[in-house]
Amino acid sequence: MKATAQLPVNLKANPRLSRWLRFDAGGFVEVSPGKIEIGQGIVTALAQIAADELDVGLERIRMKPVTTASSPNEGTTSGSLSVEQSGSAVRHAAAEARAIYLNAAAQRLGVRAETLAVEDGTIVGPGNLRTSYWELADEALLARDATPGVTAKAPGARKIAGRPVPRLDLPDKVFGRPRFVHDLQLPGLLHGRVLRPVGPGARLTALDEAAARAIPGVIAVVRDGSFAGVVAETEAAAEAGLAALRKGATWSLAATLPDEGELADWLKSQPAETTTVDERHPTAPAPVARTVRRQYTRPFIAHASMAPSCAVAQWTGADKVHIWSHCQGVYNLRADTALALGLQPENIVVEHVEGAGCYGHNGADDVAFDAVLLARAVEGRPVRVQWSREDELAWAPMGAAMAIAVEADLDAGGGIVGWRGDVWSNGHVSRPGRMPIPTVLAASQLAKPFERLIAFNPPMTAGGGAERNAVPLYDFPALRVTCHRLLTMPIRTSALRTLGAFANIFAIESFMDELAAERGEDPLAFRLRYLKDWRARAVLEAAARRAGWSQWRKRDGAGHGIAFGRYKNFGAYCAVVAEVDADPDIRVRRLVVAIDVGEVINPDGVANQMEGGAIQATSWTLKEAVRFDRSRITSDTWETYPILRFSEVPAVEVEILDRPAERSLGAGEAAHPPTVAAIANAVFDALGVRVRDLPITRERIIAAAG
Amino acid sequence: MLQFIKLRINGTERSVEADPATPLLSVLRGTLGLTGTHFGCGANQCGACNVMIDGQAVASCDTPLWAAAGKEIVTVEGLGTPERPHPLQRAFLAEQAAQCGYCTSGILISAAALLRRNPDPSEPEVRAALDRNLCRCGAHNRIVRAVLRAAKEAS
Repeated sequence: MKATAQLPVNLKANPRLSRWLRFDAGGFVEVSPGKIEIGQGIVTALAQIAADELDVGLERIRMKPVTTASSPNEGTTSGSLSVEQSGSAVRHAAAEARAIYLNAAAQRLGVRAETLAVEDGTIVGPGNLRTSYWELADEALLARDATPGVTAKAPGARKIAGRPVPRLDLPDKVFGRPRFVHDLQLPGLLHGRVLRPVGPGARLTALDEAAARAIPGVIAVVRDGSFAGVVAETEAAAEAGLAALRKGATWSLAATLPDEGELADWLKSQPAETTTVDERHPTAPAPVARTVRRQYTRPFIAHASMAPSCAVAQWTGADKVHIWSHCQGVYNLRADTALALGLQPENIVVEHVEGAGCYGHNGADDVAFDAVLLARAVEGRPVRVQWSREDELAWAPMGAAMAIAVEADLDAGGGIVGWRGDVWSNGHVSRPGRMPIPTVLAASQLAKPFERLIAFNPPMTAGGGAERNAVPLYDFPALRVTCHRLLTMPIRTSALRTLGAFANIFAIESFMDELAAERGEDPLAFRLRYLKDWRARAVLEAAARRAGWSQWRKRDGAGHGIAFGRYKNFGAYCAVVAEVDADPDIRVRRLVVAIDVGEVINPDGVANQMEGGAIQATSWTLKEAVRFDRSRITSDTWETYPILRFSEVPAVEVEILDRPAERSLGAGEAAHPPTVAAIANAVFDALGVRVRDLPITRERIIAAAG
Repeated sequence: MLQFIKLRINGTERSVEADPATPLLSVLRGTLGLTGTHFGCGANQCGACNVMIDGQAVASCDTPLWAAAGKEIVTVEGLGTPERPHPLQRAFLAEQAAQCGYCTSGILISAAALLRRNPDPSEPEVRAALDRNLCRCGAHNRIVRAVLRAAKEAS
């Protein structure tokens, strides 16, 4: 592999090598990345990379939890960028550390560094000369900045990366050992509960605190504007205190939410910021025989994490606070906390502790700020705050509802000569730590409230937000895609896995299927006609081959469908074939996923992400929609917000197209977008009914058939 | 009203002073420090807090202490240890049958209860037995494979 002329971005931002790695005389290496485990196995993948570059066994790698006290700042763990960004930084840092230690060994042994080899940390030279990382361990050696020009191992020379290795975090989880922030036990730990308003627009006008204060074990009642909560010695007392507060609260309810039955009209009628996402003009426009127009929608979708958000905070002085959180970015939470309370960032320590599966910007930061507010009333003692299931489903930010209108200009033969797309959506990001105002939930509920940030879209260089994957990867001669970002936000939205890509690929790939059907052409062949990129073609062909696409035998009530997406149009390539039965509810029988993530670090990790992504996307497609009336979110239990169950989960087969010579691309979000479209296309194949409004429920099928 | 209540947990007698109406889950996690059993919804709708009581998988968030007193309670910590793992724990590691792992302990308990009453379940029987356990990451199929593997290896 050629020497890197430039440092990886995250290493450039955090160049001190000792921030990333430390050799210990006890025979192990501490690796300290800035990316966090959210159930995706990243910590294991990074350990594999470090072990490989250093030539040590995986068991010698100890991965340090991420904390603002010492870890490199790698921003948020999001966007399927961890293997790409953190992986390249860890690889480079490890390769340079290895070289530094080899030089030190060469000096000690009196030989040239080129004559030395490393075997599981033992450095071996000519004539059986020996030393080791552990003998040489000296923090001063890595107290220097990384430099460009280090040569990492060629992919073919890697022994650990590229192989399936068991996840490092799973034994704790299988044996029930404390691992989650929920399980944290600290001396003097208190319990807090927050009284969330009755609806997003509600204000707390009066609060009778007496009954809550009278409950044995309740230590403090905190109120600041519309934010209120209790702190107690036990969880039971905190719950009782919360129930008493709820009885004593008077709210002014405001009907600020849209009509859930008219979401598309609402989206399209709001004030919006309109931007052109992409435009392409042919030199010689082809004659247009006719134009076909369609509209597709998706509802608001909840993160619906298995664990209600939880955090612990402890004030260690009048202006110093320590936070334990399952947030996606420790530095971001620190920045927002500092902004909201006027603290110096360096007086705040945010330490990451794992939470349940995280699929984007959920309630983790919000509950951490709740804990900070409650713990201030009991300075010196740690306060653990846990949301209720209802809080989790109603108050964590939502994935934005979207409406997508597409138009295709067709030539006389039904071929596509022009494409236009319009996307209406709230912004898909209101993450903390990126704006001059804090975005944590309670900040907008205080007596002196911060303005609530209207969610925005990341730039297209980062993949965009609402407009993510709104531009088809197909080679159409003329194209125009426009995005309308809403400037009102009655329902708080932020990043949920894939941002806009899920709905945009649903629209594009459904529409492609409709156009293929109108032409009477096989949907796979129709797509391939417009697809030049060989890696895109390869995943489509691989999925079709594995699924037996061309051998499909049509039978009553069954159908198959195919779809493709390259995540962000510059990430992983993924194609999915779905097979469904309609009996009469839609049941997805089988999903075949073909994936190209470039060089694969942990094949089983990629397979696990594909299976999980395909299953989660099936749940979104068939079941999920946030429900609300004009003043409150009503889908706040597992009964009112159902997700896919064991008996409903399809078989998922994953084919990984390993490309060792290509850059590693993130896997975490690649499967969702083609999965939804493949299912919708299979439903059409089964029933002849095109459902353009998600989720694909029995009611929607009946409505679409009528 | 506080009472001394005797519980038999993972083969050991424990005596706790608590209101008999307290949910078993809060005593397990709080008083006894057995945090392997997780809170998910508090309404017996997700299975994250499942424990075995006299061989049946039940939601501990929804079980008052008085209803568990005198019975045989098994939590994930009581299934096995790294040195002596339960066949299910061995199989979950072999199949890498988790993503975030928050739902894992409750699912292990549901599966253990299934294998007690049906040592050789079919795949649909495994899915039916786990249908009240929710998983959000999409690890379902790996979990089903792990349960079938555990059943096969135990027989």
